[in-house]
Amino acid sequence: MSEAILSVQGVSKRFGGVQALQDVSFDLAPGDVMALAGDNGAGKSTLIKIISGVYQADSGSMTYRNSGYQPLNPKHSRDLGIETIYQDLALADNLDVGANIFLGREPVRQWLGMFPVIDRQHMRNDSQEVLKNLDIDIPESSLDQPVRRLSGGQRQAVAISRAIYWNAEVLIMDEPTAALGVPEQRKVMDLIGNLKARKIAIIFISHNLNDIFAVTDRILVLRRGQKVGECRTAEVEREEIVRMMVQG
Amino acid sequence: MNLRVIGSIWPWLFLTLMVVFFEVWAQMAYDISFIFNLFNIQSILVFAAAPLLLGIGVTFVIISGGIDLSIGFIMGLAAVVLATVMRQFGEETAALALLVGVGVTMLAAMLPGYINGWMISTLKVPPFIGTLGMYGVARGTGFIVADGVTVPINNPILFQLGTGKLFGLIPTPVIVAVVVVLLAHHLLSRTRFGQYTYAIGGNRESAIRAGINVKRHTLWIYMLSAACAGLAGIVYTARFSAGAAQAGEPLLLDSIAAVFIGGASFYGGSGTIIGTVIGALVIAVIQFGLVFVDVEPFWQFLAVGLVIIIAVLIDQSRNRISGTQRDE
Repeated sequence: MSEAILSVQGVSKRFGGVQALQDVSFDLAPGDVMALAGDNGAGKSTLIKIISGVYQADSGSMTYRNSGYQPLNPKHSRDLGIETIYQDLALADNLDVGANIFLGREPVRQWLGMFPVIDRQHMRNDSQEVLKNLDIDIPESSLDQPVRRLSGGQRQAVAISRAIYWNAEVLIMDEPTAALGVPEQRKVMDLIGNLKARKIAIIFISHNLNDIFAVTDRILVLRRGQKVGECRTAEVEREEIVRMMVQG
Repeated sequence: MNLRVIGSIWPWLFLTLMVVFFEVWAQMAYDISFIFNLFNIQSILVFAAAPLLLGIGVTFVIISGGIDLSIGFIMGLAAVVLATVMRQFGEETAALALLVGVGVTMLAAMLPGYINGWMISTLKVPPFIGTLGMYGVARGTGFIVADGVTVPINNPILFQLGTGKLFGLIPTPVIVAVVVVLLAHHLLSRTRFGQYTYAIGGNRESAIRAGINVKRHTLWIYMLSAACAGLAGIVYTARFSAGAAQAGEPLLLDSIAAVFIGGASFYGGSGTIIGTVIGALVIAVIQFGLVFVDVEPFWQFLAVGLVIIIAVLIDQSRNRISGTQRDE
């Protein structure tokens, strides 16, 4: 395994009387796709919220790109290149593809030499390019439509494109295929393969063992806040993972 | 042609229909033209100017997913504040009176807007309730400032501005409205400010996560709405050389209706300044048209009310359409 881009060492988190996460460690290398498996309440979302800066860990440490990593809030982690894509995708449904990719970071140009106006041509060209680079199939006529008119898979792809456009190096995907039909699921899985080839590190949270086995290199199993197993996807049986999830 | 296309051109269609309707009526009943008449066009534009000024500000509010019910009485408050301040000056200081008056008035109008924005963005008061409260506060304050009566003024400059016509043709209130329309159109359609207004109305949570300062933006939107109401109050006092606390009372409904007739969604996230202009013109044509063909004035309320209901129905059918498209 090549050198880790993100390393989590002995992270613990307690909420009142509940030990949500206890002494969890793992390394993630560029191009790694790691599944985070576990039943409800196993600590999956606590772990990703610590990595993305929503919560601060009580103990333990993280390094990112070989230096200490202590995200203060989600914006901080995103600015550093760790992007979390939640199920709701955080898209503005009434805006088009370009506007969503550039949401909050719109390029401006000077109009009449003095008035800053949004450079929509720039937004459109760059969005088209990032979609093309990622092999995402959104017809040109749909680029100017509100994204609510796109399919679930296309919307997912827009959210991922946004992260990639802004140079994310670690992508945390929370149930990316949960709300999709089968053909759409396949497209998202293809996209993940594509991201892997581009050396993006991915943490993939899913309940769907089919998806996990189709696309990940490694599986990290959590149970009641503890890491109960970490194995290479190619070397493990499904039953084994299920057993770890429920029995530890 | 599908319903979505009809949805986007229907304000234009409706305006044309209204004009043709009154033209035919006037021709048949009185053998005169309704629209090919300079005085009528001027009157319709003046009729439209005040609700349009209010409507422009509230367009931003509605696109962002809110509502502002306080604008009518903020306009009234502005009208009486301007009159009251200007009365303090003598006739030889007319220009100074106007300058100070307008400055103080805009501040007096934007303060309630600031409070609206603060209540909604920071205290999380629902916009309907927060601005309904401000409706009462502004109304009461306006009557208190005016001592319950209309406040007349005698300022030659303001009189000239309020009743004059550019090139003897375009009434001042119309010029003010046109300038504000152009500025607002630019702001909404071409700047980050406009883009964030749409984004917040489309998905507030996403806007926050994208790093947009939603709290501050909300504050600005309600201040903008109040500023437009303040301007409408100034235009009112200029036109009539008097301030009245109830100046904007009948305009609240018209201005909000103009926004929805113009194609804005009740759920936020869509709407345009051009749409609001068309909406204000539709209402003005109906109001002036009914007067012109000599129908008793209370029919206006009924007609405008019906138009609002039609706008709701069209908006809902449009939402059904985009809803089915999502499932494809």
